[in-house]
Amino acid sequence: MKLAAVPLPVVMLGCLLAFAWAGPLMHHVDPDAMDLRHIASPSSLGHPLGTDESGRDVLARLMAGGRVSLAVGTVATAVALVLGTLVGALAGWRGGWVDGLLMRVTDAAMAVPVLFAALAVLSIFGSSPPLLIGLIGATSWMGIARLVRAEVAVLRHSDFVMAARALGRPDAAIVLRHLLPQLLPVLTVAASVGVAYAILTESALSYLGLGVQPPRASWGNMLTGAQASLYTAPRLAIWPGVMILLTTLSCNGLGRWLRRKTGWHE
Amino acid sequence: MSGFRFLARRLAQGVLILWMVSSATFILMHLAPGGPSMLADPKLGPVERAAIEARLGLDLPLPAQYVAWHRNLLKGDLGQSYLYQTPAGSTVLARVPNTLLLAGSALLVSVLLAVPLGIRAGLRPGRPFDRLMEFVSVGALSLPTFWYGIVLIMIFAAMGHLLPAGGTATPGLEGSMVDRIRHLILPVAVLSLPIAGELFRYVRSGIEAMAHAPHIPAARAKGLTEGAITRRHLLRNALLPLVTVIGLQAPMLVGGAAITETVFSWPGMGRLGVEAALGRDYPVVMATTLAVAAAVVAGNVVLDLLYRWIDPRVRIE
Repeated sequence: MKLAAVPLPVVMLGCLLAFAWAGPLMHHVDPDAMDLRHIASPSSLGHPLGTDESGRDVLARLMAGGRVSLAVGTVATAVALVLGTLVGALAGWRGGWVDGLLMRVTDAAMAVPVLFAALAVLSIFGSSPPLLIGLIGATSWMGIARLVRAEVAVLRHSDFVMAARALGRPDAAIVLRHLLPQLLPVLTVAASVGVAYAILTESALSYLGLGVQPPRASWGNMLTGAQASLYTAPRLAIWPGVMILLTTLSCNGLGRWLRRKTGWHE
Repeated sequence: MSGFRFLARRLAQGVLILWMVSSATFILMHLAPGGPSMLADPKLGPVERAAIEARLGLDLPLPAQYVAWHRNLLKGDLGQSYLYQTPAGSTVLARVPNTLLLAGSALLVSVLLAVPLGIRAGLRPGRPFDRLMEFVSVGALSLPTFWYGIVLIMIFAAMGHLLPAGGTATPGLEGSMVDRIRHLILPVAVLSLPIAGELFRYVRSGIEAMAHAPHIPAARAKGLTEGAITRRHLLRNALLPLVTVIGLQAPMLVGGAAITETVFSWPGMGRLGVEAALGRDYPVVMATTLAVAAAVVAGNVVLDLLYRWIDPRVRIE
């Protein structure tokens, strides 16, 4: 592949991944270590982006927060993809009352205010990354289910499905071997947009104090601390937001690029 | 379908959804570590907890508790907030007007932004204005709202001293309309942006799709001017589905309101829910969740009726 053929969002995502995982190889500072003599200090050789309101290194915390956000966002989207594909494929393939029931459930799930459901669950069980992943995944599969259902309902009547049926293939094999590969373009677009949504949800919950819990850094909870010192050290509020924005822009940009590339329209 | 039967069906669906939500909250409370009596007040000792369990009927079999929970719900009894020492239901209701003001203003602003911009972009797809707006709308949907709010506070309140950083009124100026609006500007700017971005995409694609509908060349062949075609044949048909789309934004609107209210210390229902969740004030958390679910369901029923009223085609089905 020519270098020029690599789209900008892919380059940006690559840089973000490298920043979060390879960054600590070059910047050996403990993201949780507090230096109480240097609170909210400006940039210096030891702390290129300065320190936060507890004297922790901002650059190291941005890297640590990026690992959390990107991991939670990606795994939560994978959960949503599996759930949505299962529900959508079952509804589209079986049709009839199964389809009716599953689509009513999907409609109801779409009307649930995710943030408030998350408030209730997280306040009772306490927050942890696996619970966050489950929550975000369990509240973002509906769009994928609708897409998959629509595609499967059409493909079900195509010639190659009839041919596979005539050969005596079991239903599950036809769906897995013949239909799912056809759905890949749709699913890759949905996945890249989904990661942006998942990261926005995770960082909002973390900002509210219900997501990733301090001292563990996340881009969202770094902003909670930064808002408290907005008047004394406004620069602390800049970097975490810029990182979130770069990530979501790259994911949404990748989604748009894939959509154009695969010629698929909603 | 007659209007009455339609309304009855939609209301039945709404009740079903609310019943599912209330059942989910019931199950959630019983899954809580320590059991539902922990939800009353975690600071209590074992003797007091046993007394509360007997009083709340928590020693009864689960189906009886389930019935009792719904009976209390119907009476509006959602338990006592132990952060505020007030009934949870009325504590939440007292915050509803502030949230309605914020969410209503934000919805109005986003419609006023999205509709004209969406029409302009959709009428000339692929032109520079359309491309620019596509970029802007992706940006609006990618922006973390809480950070955007903090940045606005930084620019307009901390540095510029132009607008207040939070709250609903300046002490001493509570009745002033101008003061109220000054407090609304930043939160509305934050809450309306992602909604406007979402609505814009629907308006734009609706206009673009409608431009290829068969009745448009027919109107052109009839000799109507482009302006008349746009106004009479395009806009009306393309904008009608917007009513339903606005209903779909309701969960995003209330969720966004909770974040915006927290950023700007706006004393609404969302911020109450967030504070209750952080303070483990479970009766208030449950009450906000149920209130928000009821509001979303009611809003969607109202919008469905509105849609039937403005679009005669839907009535025939």
